[in-house]
Amino acid sequence: MSYTVTEIRQGLAAGRFSSSEITRDYLARIAEHNPQLNCFISVTEELAMQQAQAADAALANGDTGLLTGVPLAHKDLFCTDGVRTSCGSRMLDNFIAPYDATVVERIREAGAVMLGKTNMDEFAMGSSNENSWYGNVANPWNTAHVPGGSSGGSAAAVAAGLAPAATGTDTGGSIRQPAALCGVTGIKPTYGRVSRYGMVAFASSLDQGGPLARSAADCALLLQAMAGFDPRDSTSSEIDVGDFSARLDQGIEGLRIGLPKEYFAEGLDSRLASVIETAIGELRKLGADVREVSLPMTGLSIPTYYVVAMAECSSNLSRFDGVRFGHRCADPVDLEDLYKRSRGEGFGAEVKRRILIGTYALSAGYYDAYYLKAQQLRRMIKDDFHKAFADVDLILGPTTPEVAFEIGAKTGDPVSMYLQDIYTISLNLAGLPGMSLPVGFVDGLPVGMQLIGNYFDEARLLQVAHRYQQVSDWHLQTPEAFA
Amino acid sequence: MTLKSDDVRSIAQLARLHIEEDAFEHYVDDLSSILALVEQMNQVDSAGIVPLSNPLDASQRLRADEVSESDHRDKFQAIAPDVAEGLYRVPRVIE
Repeated sequence: MSYTVTEIRQGLAAGRFSSSEITRDYLARIAEHNPQLNCFISVTEELAMQQAQAADAALANGDTGLLTGVPLAHKDLFCTDGVRTSCGSRMLDNFIAPYDATVVERIREAGAVMLGKTNMDEFAMGSSNENSWYGNVANPWNTAHVPGGSSGGSAAAVAAGLAPAATGTDTGGSIRQPAALCGVTGIKPTYGRVSRYGMVAFASSLDQGGPLARSAADCALLLQAMAGFDPRDSTSSEIDVGDFSARLDQGIEGLRIGLPKEYFAEGLDSRLASVIETAIGELRKLGADVREVSLPMTGLSIPTYYVVAMAECSSNLSRFDGVRFGHRCADPVDLEDLYKRSRGEGFGAEVKRRILIGTYALSAGYYDAYYLKAQQLRRMIKDDFHKAFADVDLILGPTTPEVAFEIGAKTGDPVSMYLQDIYTISLNLAGLPGMSLPVGFVDGLPVGMQLIGNYFDEARLLQVAHRYQQVSDWHLQTPEAFA
Repeated sequence: MTLKSDDVRSIAQLARLHIEEDAFEHYVDDLSSILALVEQMNQVDSAGIVPLSNPLDASQRLRADEVSESDHRDKFQAIAPDVAEGLYRVPRVIE
C-alpha cells in the first residue's frame, strides 16, 4: 500500500473508499509491521476510528477540508491532548499531554485522522533513532540499518507505508536526514514558519516542525495545514504563508542553482556524490542554470551548532525536575535528591551528555569562550548563505555524507555521529528552509538530495522538488518487504 | 580541553543530574572529545562580530499584559507525581 496523500484525497472525493476503510487498512498494516520496525510508540486506534467516522460524515456533507479523512501520524514530540507524549524518553513515559500543540490542532482542524505517535531519538537528540527509551527503529530498506533521526519513526513509517505522511521536527537535520535515509520527502521550513507551541523544546532558536511524506506535492499540502502565525509562539513569523501548491506546476527554466563546493569535498561518499550528480544532470535538462558557490564556514558549523544546541538544551531541560510532571524517583531523601535522581533516572546517556556540555558552556567563566563565540560564528554562517544567495535562487547538495549505516555502528563515538549532520545543521543555525528528496540508491539504500532555499521561499523548494519528481520515480519506490 | 573526573562531578552538580559512579569515566572521555570538537571554533577570529541569537535577527514580540489563559489546574495536577489540596508536594525543605 503506497498511497500518496494526494491519491487518498482523490479516492475519498471520488468515493472509491471511505476514511474509515483506509484508516482501518493503515491500522492493520501498523499491527502487522510495527513489531519489526518499531516506528510507533503509541497507536491511537480507537481515536483514529472515531475521527475517521467523523470525517466520513463530513465528506458526505460536502466537506472539502485540506486533509479531511486523511490518516497520518505525529512525531511523539508534539503534545496531543489526552494522549501520551513521551518524546522518546523515560522522563515522559507517563506524560499525558494536557493540551494540543498548534500543529496538532491545525492538522486536526484540516480534517486529518491521527493514527498514532511515532518513535524518535530521546528529546530529538540523535541522528539514528538509537537513543529512544522505546528501542531503535529499523530502516524499512534494510532492517539491520538505522532509519536516521531524530524523526526516524516518522520517516520509516512513511517509507514502509504504515502512514501516508507524518509530522517531524528538525533542530539540526531531524526531518531531512531520516527522510534521506528512508527514501521519503521532507521539508524543514524557515524558522518561525511553523508554530513551536506544544512542541517539547530541545533548542528553541533552532527547532522547527515540518512534514515527511511520499512527494513534494504532499509536503506542500501538509505544510499548508501546519504553517502560519501563532500568537502563542513568541518567535512565530507574521509573514504571509501564501499557497505552497500554487507554483508546483511551473517549470524551472533559468533557475539559478548553486552547488557549495564544500558539500562535494572530502567526507562525501563518492558513490553518493555520483547519484547526486545524475540528479543535477536532470535538473540541467529541465533548464536549470547550475553553478558553483562557496560556504566557507561549513566545517565549523558542527562545533558551532553543538555549543548552541547543547546550551539551549541544558536550559530547556531544566524544567524536568520531577515536581510537576514526568518521572519522579522513589523515596527522595530531600529536594536535591529528588531533582538529581529523577533526572538521572529519567534521561538517557546522550541527553545527559548534552545537558552536561551545555551546562559547562553556560557556566561562569566559560560563557564567552563557548556560547558567545558560537553565536558570533553563527552570524558568520548566516552571512555565508546571504552572500551565496546574491548569485543563486537555490542551493543544492547531498543531505547526508553516507547512506544509512548499520545499527550500532556509531553508538560508541558521539562525535562521529555528530559529523553525520554536516550538510544539514548550518541551515538551522541560519534559520533557512531546506528539504530532502530521494534521488537514487547506493547498496540498496536510498540517497537524499538537499535543496536549500532563501528565507520564506518554501514554495520554490517544493516547486523544484515537484518538477524533479515529475520526471523521476525514486520517491514512489517502496521496499519490497513492505510493498 | 581535557576534563577530569572532578570537573564532570561539579558540572553534574550544577545541572542537578545524578551520574552513576561507574559511568563517570565514560562521561569524562565523551565530554572531553566533544570539547575537542567544539574548540575548533577557535580557528576563526570572530572579534567584533555581533552575536546572533535569533536566526532571523528578530526581537521578542511583546503583547498587552492581559489575561489570555484560563485555569487548568486540575488537568495539570492530574499528571503530577504527588499533589495534595491543590499543591505540589516535595520532601520537606524547612525543618
